[in-house]
Amino acid sequence: MSKQNNLLGWIDARFPLTKMWEEHLSKYYAPKNFNFWYFFGSLALLVLVIQIVTGIFLTMQYKPDAALAFSSVEYIMRDVDWGWLIRYLHSTGASAFFVVVYLHMFRGLMYGSYQKPRELIWLFGMFIFLALMAEAFMGYLLPWGQMSYWGAQVIISLFGAIPVIGDDLTLWIRGDFVIADATLNRFFALHVIAVPLILIMLVVMHILALHEVGSNNPDGVEIKKNKDENGIPLDGIPFHPYYSVKDIVGVVVFLMIFSAVVFFMPEMNGYFLEYANFEPANPFKTPEHIAPVWYFTPFYAILRAVPDKLMGVIGMFAAIIVLFLLPWFDRGKVHSIRYRSTAFKGLLVMFVISFIGLGYLGALPATEGRTWFARLFTLGYFGYFIGLWFISKNEKTKPVPERVTS
Amino acid sequence: MKKSMILFAGLLLPVMGWAAGGAIYPDDDISIDWSDKAAMQRGAQLFTNYCLSCHSAQYSRYNRVGKDLGISDDLMKENLIFTTNELGEQSKVGSLMTVTMNQEYGEKSFGTAPPDLSLVARSRGTHWLYNYLRGFYLDDARPFGVNNGVFPNVGMPHVLAELEGLKKAVKEEVEDSHGNKHEVITGFEQVSEGSMTPEQYDQAVKDLVAFLDYLAEPYKQTRKNVGTGVLIFLLVLLILAYLLKKEYWKDVH
Repeated sequence: MSKQNNLLGWIDARFPLTKMWEEHLSKYYAPKNFNFWYFFGSLALLVLVIQIVTGIFLTMQYKPDAALAFSSVEYIMRDVDWGWLIRYLHSTGASAFFVVVYLHMFRGLMYGSYQKPRELIWLFGMFIFLALMAEAFMGYLLPWGQMSYWGAQVIISLFGAIPVIGDDLTLWIRGDFVIADATLNRFFALHVIAVPLILIMLVVMHILALHEVGSNNPDGVEIKKNKDENGIPLDGIPFHPYYSVKDIVGVVVFLMIFSAVVFFMPEMNGYFLEYANFEPANPFKTPEHIAPVWYFTPFYAILRAVPDKLMGVIGMFAAIIVLFLLPWFDRGKVHSIRYRSTAFKGLLVMFVISFIGLGYLGALPATEGRTWFARLFTLGYFGYFIGLWFISKNEKTKPVPERVTS
Repeated sequence: MKKSMILFAGLLLPVMGWAAGGAIYPDDDISIDWSDKAAMQRGAQLFTNYCLSCHSAQYSRYNRVGKDLGISDDLMKENLIFTTNELGEQSKVGSLMTVTMNQEYGEKSFGTAPPDLSLVARSRGTHWLYNYLRGFYLDDARPFGVNNGVFPNVGMPHVLAELEGLKKAVKEEVEDSHGNKHEVITGFEQVSEGSMTPEQYDQAVKDLVAFLDYLAEPYKQTRKNVGTGVLIFLLVLLILAYLLKKEYWKDVH
């Protein structure tokens, strides 16, 4: 025992190990009323680790070369011991990342986790989301299948809609006149080094900012307002061991669902791994229907809903920018949906329906009827932010309790 | 110039793309029994005899197929390896299932190079394959005298005609919702007999598709077996994790 203390003491004199342990885990007081929606932050961290570890092993066998990429993936799937498992973990992990992140963000919308004083946490989170989209987009090119190729072709060509610099910009991004070996090589570099580095830095900042102001909770009340004589929040419990053991339950449930996909339906009916992507990239043959992977479809649907190409591109990027600005669209003082007005609840329901509707439509070929629905949902998507600005100023809210409930 | 044309086509085609597709004939369902190794062995025999000379299966190895389907190396060499390596000798049992036909020759002969078939069951699906291989019918307008009800104007000749015989299509004119008239195939009529009855031929195609399904994901059975074990382990872990959580949270009120 004393030996251990000596070692720890030796380290603590040179590195703030105990201090960090206490600040972020054993003496980080989190509200005791976290519900189901509070699992997704730690799950996102878990998926990040899964992606990094499986990614490292994939990199050992993968060849970022247009002539070899497709066959190197099949080599991993067939000839590398447990290669199929590593690859399916990584491909399913990409989709799982967006599932948990979307749910994590929705939690923020419901309980006002982006409101004062947590605006920076939200902003760091949004930058994580942006980095994640870049990471997923570039990763999807690497298997060099038909959908990898044509999906990237369509998305990169969007930049061509920008006036004056458009054509030069797309050329600069691709490094060639079409998606080619040069594009694959740079996407590989960005996917395995640049973006992961940025992601990890942003995650650290996200968590540091969170631990500075403290976690929000389903009641949206500040637990730091009511402290005992030792300065410990009355409604707070130390993250470790309480939430560490609780999160283990969440982790296991998540892993069960995750494993069910990895082992029994890794293609997820063509949503996680698109069927056309089992054909090697062929610049001379366009697939019948080019659809982005499911996590991009809401934004893709907004792009297609706008008749003008440039305006469509602007609309798509605006859909992400408004999310960044959410803390300033919402002028309300009450955080949680539990105590907010019916108008707020209505807006949120409209937003969720619009987002899912856009996601559904974005995966399908456009028809006239579907385009009109996509336009309606696009209005619903942006309407949430505009509506929120108007209703939140003088919102009729319910009384907020002094302490957390249950 | 050429590159910008490709780019233009690439931008245009996705917009036009969904006009294609539509009804196929035949359109019958198929279910594949992964425990039926004998069917897959018969499929492997058909595959190496009829497919693997124009088409390759360049991501799989002969001895892997043998190991997974219960065929010894010697039997593989005697009965299933008809391809040769660059020296003109029989391909080694541990080699990849490649063929010597090159892209250029393929394009010259068939209009398009015969694609590799390692993953065709994943890109096209088994339903498509089962009907495609049963969908050839006589059509004098085509270079090889046959067309296909699933893949119209396909470049491939009816390689299995000696087994199935030849059929002609029964066509009907139908009007779609926009008032346009189309000819659709509603049935086939046998014109000449092959060495198999129609039932035997359907079974043979089923075996071949079962083999192609295996070929596309040889580890599929392993994947499911491992998955079952993983889920059982996680279920036990879930119970323990839940009890641990309950124990710690006893004192939180």
